[in-house]
Amino acid sequence: MVSKRPNASTRETYGKTLLEMAGEFPDIVVLGGDLNVSVFTHLWRDKHPDRFFDFGPAEQNLVGVSAGLAASGKIPFVSTFAVFGTGRPFDQLRVLVAQPHLNVKLVCTHAGLLTGEDGMSAQGIEDLALTCSLPGFTVVSPADSPETAQVIRAAAVTPGPFYVRLSRAATPVVHGPGYRFNLGCAETMRDGSDVAILATGVMVSVSLDAAELLAQQGINARVINVHTLKPLDEEAVVSAARDAGAVVTAEEHYIHGGLGSIVSQVLGQKRPVPVEMVALEGYAESAPAQELMVKYGLTPQRVADAAQRAIKRKG
Amino acid sequence: MQAIAKELRRDVVQTIYTGGSGHPGGSLSEMDILVTLYFHVMRHDPANPRWPDRDRLILSKGHASAGLYAVLAKAGYFPKAELPTFRKLNSRLQGHAHPMTPGVEMNSGSLGMGLSFALGCALAARLDKRRYNVYALLGDGECDEGQVWEAAMAAAHHRATNLVAIVDRNRIQNDRTTDEVMKLEPLAMKWRAFGWRVLETNGHDYTALISTLERASQRQGRPTAIIAHTVKGKGVSFMENNPSFHGKAPSAQELEKALQELA
Ligand SMILES: Cc1ncc(C[n+]2csc(CCOP(=O)(O)OP(=O)(O)O)c2C)c(N)n1
Ligand SMILES: [Mg+2]
Repeated sequence: MVSKRPNASTRETYGKTLLEMAGEFPDIVVLGGDLNVSVFTHLWRDKHPDRFFDFGPAEQNLVGVSAGLAASGKIPFVSTFAVFGTGRPFDQLRVLVAQPHLNVKLVCTHAGLLTGEDGMSAQGIEDLALTCSLPGFTVVSPADSPETAQVIRAAAVTPGPFYVRLSRAATPVVHGPGYRFNLGCAETMRDGSDVAILATGVMVSVSLDAAELLAQQGINARVINVHTLKPLDEEAVVSAARDAGAVVTAEEHYIHGGLGSIVSQVLGQKRPVPVEMVALEGYAESAPAQELMVKYGLTPQRVADAAQRAIKRKG
Repeated sequence: MQAIAKELRRDVVQTIYTGGSGHPGGSLSEMDILVTLYFHVMRHDPANPRWPDRDRLILSKGHASAGLYAVLAKAGYFPKAELPTFRKLNSRLQGHAHPMTPGVEMNSGSLGMGLSFALGCALAARLDKRRYNVYALLGDGECDEGQVWEAAMAAAHHRATNLVAIVDRNRIQNDRTTDEVMKLEPLAMKWRAFGWRVLETNGHDYTALISTLERASQRQGRPTAIIAHTVKGKGVSFMENNPSFHGKAPSAQELEKALQELA
């Protein structure tokens, strides 16, 4: 990553956390689609084969079976890549999980641009839009590995459908050991009142770096980690807009239907202020993840530029 | 049971007529299968629809909800007086079966999903060391959906011996016959090739249905598929084998004629 922070793998944290939870949560069962090594659920598979089911790359069935298990009192954790877990079985998520509000936990890795070399078909840049469009889903995009560990626990104890978005690449750690994740409560990571940067996922780290760049020019940026996209912490969003008068959203996702859309929807209704969005404008290509982040504009400099534009528009 | 089925077929045409829309063809073809399951084969408790040890019927062909509602009302899951609320505002009887109705296990309306859901229920029985069976009722047109075959492969792989798929083989789907829309034969060979034990039965003959379903509940290390040969629209002459009554309510005159035939 661009930042100087040490990197850690959120998907590895996922697999390890889940394994730690096995004794405490006897109803958890883990379901996979032939990508268990990649999503680190092989750790669980090898320890708890009786509570693990592989369905091969057949995601419609994978989600369908999870719904039947959830309806029978189990807590199924379903994991594959974001494209295969949200796109392929979208109708199954809609009809079998969201509509009956079943307790299915969908934890997908390889979301976004950070999937890198596998190219556009593997880069899930629509997963947040898809899952946020499902009534009753909780949607969380953790900023780093320490947060991921707590999100996975929150998923297990929060009733109802739950989507967690993780990356392929190891990502910068932005939280210290004392961090407490609060589902649905956005986290202010840096205070400031000239502009508010609302970021999610890996863009939290990028935005913290952007805030440093802005500070060098005398601009104080508030940086908020919007880990929970749904339900959105509207209060934090509105008060950021009120205090700073200008907002930047930053996400490693398509510009439609993700954080920028969701924040703009709330601000348009409750506190109209200038909003600038840093997000993907379309499909990308195959390349090392870091080079893609630069080419497609997901850098501290681009976030800082967006902040400058937002401040100029304050009027 | 024949007498019950006749009464419930009257309920089906009446319910769909009152609702103004619905799917009579598949509701009538599945009726004898459902009556055999709910009144002879399955262990279930209408007073306790969520009884954890119950046998489960998953209506994957959820458009044929009117048939299931008639059966559930007769069994006592909810008052028969609710049937006229079918498809009306504030009703528990949704157009496609939804678990808000007591006795309905799964939300439906998008074809191809029920066998996967049923497999999830079947695997949960194994995890919980419960003895229940899970029956998934599929349409034959529904077998065009790829997910059915994903689930078929997975159920055999995971040795879901307590899972029974029943195909309502009425040879008609939405627009036309299954032969015209998408050939399914050799259907029994397909299930067999996917690792299932296959039984075939006349889906309207109670002696045959009972013996087939009883055989299916004797576990044999494999899931069981039953191809139930049925007549779409069974019991109402002008609906029988008539694709136009797949998803259309009868007119007032048609209702009267149907009720006469089913008297
Ligand atoms: C995924 C999906 N595609 C299309 C439809 C529309 N549709 C409803 S019923 C039907 C035909 C079903 O035929 P079959 O399974 O043979 O049902 P039956 O004859 O038992 O009524 C179709 C295509 C649907 N409900 N779901
Ligand atoms: Mg049919």
